[in-house]
Amino acid sequence: MSADATPLLHTPLLHTPLHALHLELGARMVPFAGYAMPVQYPAGILAEHRHCRHEAALFDVSHMGQIQLRGDGAAAALEHLVPQDIIDLAQGKQRYAFFTNAQGGLLDDLMVTRRADHLFLVVNAGCKADDTQHLVTNIGHRCTIVPMPEHALLALQGPKAVLALARLNPAVATLSFMTGGDFELAGAHCFVTRSGYTGEDGFEISVPGAQAVALARALLAQPEVKPAGLGARDTLRLEAGLCLYGHDIDTRTSPIEAGLTWAIQKVRRPGGARAGGYPGASVIEGHLTMGVSVKRVGLVGLEKVPVREGTAIVDAHGSPLGRVTSGTLGPTVHEPVAMAYLAVNHAGLQQEVYAEVRGKRLPMRVSPMPFTPHRYHR
Amino acid sequence: MTTKFTADHEWIDNEHQDAAVVGITLHAQDALGDVVYVDLPEVGRSYAQGEVAGVVESVKAAADIYMPVNGEVVEVNEALRENPALANSDPMGAGWFFKLKVADTTQFDALMDPPGYDDLLKTL
Repeated sequence: MSADATPLLHTPLLHTPLHALHLELGARMVPFAGYAMPVQYPAGILAEHRHCRHEAALFDVSHMGQIQLRGDGAAAALEHLVPQDIIDLAQGKQRYAFFTNAQGGLLDDLMVTRRADHLFLVVNAGCKADDTQHLVTNIGHRCTIVPMPEHALLALQGPKAVLALARLNPAVATLSFMTGGDFELAGAHCFVTRSGYTGEDGFEISVPGAQAVALARALLAQPEVKPAGLGARDTLRLEAGLCLYGHDIDTRTSPIEAGLTWAIQKVRRPGGARAGGYPGASVIEGHLTMGVSVKRVGLVGLEKVPVREGTAIVDAHGSPLGRVTSGTLGPTVHEPVAMAYLAVNHAGLQQEVYAEVRGKRLPMRVSPMPFTPHRYHR
Repeated sequence: MTTKFTADHEWIDNEHQDAAVVGITLHAQDALGDVVYVDLPEVGRSYAQGEVAGVVESVKAAADIYMPVNGEVVEVNEALRENPALANSDPMGAGWFFKLKVADTTQFDALMDPPGYDDLLKTL
């Protein structure tokens, strides 16, 4: 079989605070966004994915960017860069957001939480340098931007995550989906939100880097918890219908085309009290009022062949309809699942389309997302 | 010794020359991770050595399966098609991919023997 074509890297990879622990656990490490990250542990991607859906999986996502925005003007300032309602985001509440560009495309997607004296942002690892520069350049005069490079970020995801985490601090069970608070965990001051990237109930835990390993060990000591890597993280989020920046959304996709209209609160839409005022607003408002010509849809394969990113989608006559942006064989749904941008008149639910794989046309049908139900604790 | 190895991490067992068995090695399945799909060659079709005879897909990637020697495919492993995980759990046995009628035994003789393949693995 063909050999892996990963090029030899000469720039040393960055390590998260959990690097040595990953090696101790037998992780297979791969380069990701300039970091050495675990793609899987000895159990393998399928087992790690299933363990998350049935019990609790622990992910190291410390490579992601954690940033504080401080100052009274921070919320209003951030609204200059995102089409979300940040001003009325109540303390302890978290919201999904995205940075837009002048063309109405997306620079990154992120999570924003209102904490007691600042806004807490979590951005994608591959974008964190650009995002920080974007913030400094555009709103650095209106608020103070404080990156948190010394902090680790752990994600504990799955139906038994709350059972496991509550043993370290019972108060975490009081959090509901998309809320956060400060909690002592394994002797560390942590900020915990009840959210994640898997579709399951779970938590994301911001912990000082020096205490991250002790916390990770305390979590792994719980009977429900097993480690999981980036491989499982990707199959989980795909089955959950969640976008991966750089693949399903990028600078060329508007949030409306991407099916993220729900994330733009009414107050920021045309007619709302704080409509517009972010980059590309005129394009996005045009999409909101006039519609779009392509949209992101879910596809389920009728034959058990994985359909991957870049695959062409055609109609029964072979006419091009669009392209796949993410795809895998879903370990929970046992079917090939994919996201693709299709011309809107071919994007109706249950519509049959074809994926061109190795010279064959594989039938797929347009499917609602998520492919497996979300189980958030609301 | 009837089993030989290719540099592409495949094995071929020539005990029955009319139905030599081909699969991927322990190293190959470990490098791939969980196998989720296999595309097997056409029964009755002849392939040249080095020609792509099939595909093995893991969660993360797809890899080509090459024909180890010239020959005609006589059987494919339907059990593997149904349960691709066999390639991980038993790559040298129940996880075999296909059987072929060897057209030229000198090609078979020129492949690596087990110690030779072990030496290759040490260089990786």
